[in-house]
Amino acid sequence: MTEHVIRTWRLTKRYGEFLAVNDLDLKVRRGEVYGLLGPNGSGKTTTILMLLGLTEPTTGSVQVLGYDPMRQPLQVKSRVGYLPDEVGFYDRLTGRENLIYTSKLLGLGRSEFTKRIDRALEQMGLAEAADNRVGTYSRGMRQRLGVAELLIKRPQVVIMDEPTLGLDPEAAHGFLGTIKELREQGITVLLSSHLLHQVQEVCDRVGLFRHGRMLLEGTVRELAEQVLGGGYRIELQVDGPDGDLQRQLQRLPGVTALEMDGADRLVLKTTDDLRPQVAQAVVRSGGRLFSLDLDRPSLDEVYAKYFEEVAHAQAA
Amino acid sequence: MPRLRERETKREGSPWKGISAVVTKELADHLSSVRMLILELLILATAGVTAYMALSNVSRTSGQEDFLFLKLFTTSQDPLPAFVGFLGFLVPLIAIALAFDAVNGEFSQRTLSRVLAQPIYRDALLLGKFLSGLLTLSMVLSAIWLVLMGLGIIGYGIPPSAEEVARSLVFLVVTIFYGGIWLGVGLIFSTVLRQPATAALASIATWLFFTIFWDIIASVFGRAIGPRPAITVDQLVAQGARIQALSRISPNTLFIEAMVGLLNPATRSFGLVLPSQLQGAIAGAPLPFGESLMLIWPHLTGMIAVTILLFAVSYVLFQRQEIRA
Repeated sequence: MTEHVIRTWRLTKRYGEFLAVNDLDLKVRRGEVYGLLGPNGSGKTTTILMLLGLTEPTTGSVQVLGYDPMRQPLQVKSRVGYLPDEVGFYDRLTGRENLIYTSKLLGLGRSEFTKRIDRALEQMGLAEAADNRVGTYSRGMRQRLGVAELLIKRPQVVIMDEPTLGLDPEAAHGFLGTIKELREQGITVLLSSHLLHQVQEVCDRVGLFRHGRMLLEGTVRELAEQVLGGGYRIELQVDGPDGDLQRQLQRLPGVTALEMDGADRLVLKTTDDLRPQVAQAVVRSGGRLFSLDLDRPSLDEVYAKYFEEVAHAQAA
Repeated sequence: MPRLRERETKREGSPWKGISAVVTKELADHLSSVRMLILELLILATAGVTAYMALSNVSRTSGQEDFLFLKLFTTSQDPLPAFVGFLGFLVPLIAIALAFDAVNGEFSQRTLSRVLAQPIYRDALLLGKFLSGLLTLSMVLSAIWLVLMGLGIIGYGIPPSAEEVARSLVFLVVTIFYGGIWLGVGLIFSTVLRQPATAALASIATWLFFTIFWDIIASVFGRAIGPRPAITVDQLVAQGARIQALSRISPNTLFIEAMVGLLNPATRSFGLVLPSQLQGAIAGAPLPFGESLMLIWPHLTGMIAVTILLFAVSYVLFQRQEIRA
């Protein structure tokens, strides 16, 4: 049986008339990286705050690591690390002083937190800037200081709200590496984002959010199959594709669609990575293969397609 | 699905966890901040100047007066008001300066959600901030009290009597809680208003209202309710009592009355005194310390109560507040 470290039952949050989160059943398994995806204002942050007990649910219930965040918040908060979006630190204090404050709130002893802080700063590449005021830090450095804080806590679960928003591409890439490292240490990660290609890179499973509802859930593959029909897209450029080649390709198991794109390009939709079979088919039919590209299903497409469909359905 | 019953149980864990960390951090912030430094220098300067005036005054008179050390606080000489007069408006300023950005500053630095994601309750954060403000006030005021006493010992060449020490110490406590009230006001505004600047202005406006306008309002209302015009002695006395009661809503009135009662031992009562009440009294004779304390006891408890009440209001507001910025 899979163990769920985060579980919500019919979780609902209402602000007056506005339904921020609607009837959410969320299950996050131990050790996975789970992505909450959705446009701004779709209820991701509200959900996260309810998981941490920082906002009270209107109805429904939550369990994090088996604890109720509203009734046993200290139990939850001592095991769960939280990186808010645009994480803030006290500008007048140095990076190290900020971490010392957190460590004291965590109840760590001085010798223990000194060690942990040194290590965390080292790990996040902040050792040199540690004694500068946070006011002088860049956005990326603050973000890394935020992760250093998580490392000091040694949490079982990490929740990150829009962690890569506003980072330059290099910093964002480094950050995704950090998330992978956390997973390798066996830490469960829940992150929210609307930057799809980044989510795709690190998340084991994703949930698509809109208007406070979770509309779709699964691995990126599963979502792609569900929404786009096929999982993969293979593009090939062939010299003189004739009817015979097309028939052969269509007969390959796993090919769901075939399209001509111009005089010498073919686009296949497949459920699997069929590049070797496709290449074989081309050679067997005597064609000359110039290029063969595989497009992994991209979350961008899933997202765009899905929300397009939803919008159409609603308009109709 | 967890049973509903679980949600009805009380929350677990101590609300005090982490409070010492909060107090230490906030105290360090207060004591090292520039605005505190400026205000402390201001108070110290006024203390020095007024003490000097008091000392030079005393040396010109016969030196036969009682309660010389209390004179350090209360002597005024044109154009300078007495030190307690300065305290009357500097203490609220310090208190407001300590509190106006306590909560909304955390919002604007985006630190609140991160701090509250640590295993502490909100209680600890707010109470820690309030206590550190009160501690800072106490430290500053006690230091000034010591400085004044020291100046007095050097200037007069005699030690203060036990009664003088007792009276001025109680006055110190009164002053601290007078500051506590304004700390509470600042804390409430810093919880309700998201902009620190707005919160500062609102707190100062409240203070100005009570310092300048409340007495006027009290006297107008005191006359307006009740029979008009007040003709008989009874009516006039009742009217006076009404005005006084109304004006005591203002913390300033409470502070000034308590100050007068403590530092001027000859004070027997506040407000109207009828000739019949003075029968048998020796004019100008000081009351014993215990009697003076009885006189201002309601003021002292009132101020402490209001301080706690204001904190409770900000506490409720803060507990209910949405954390998302």
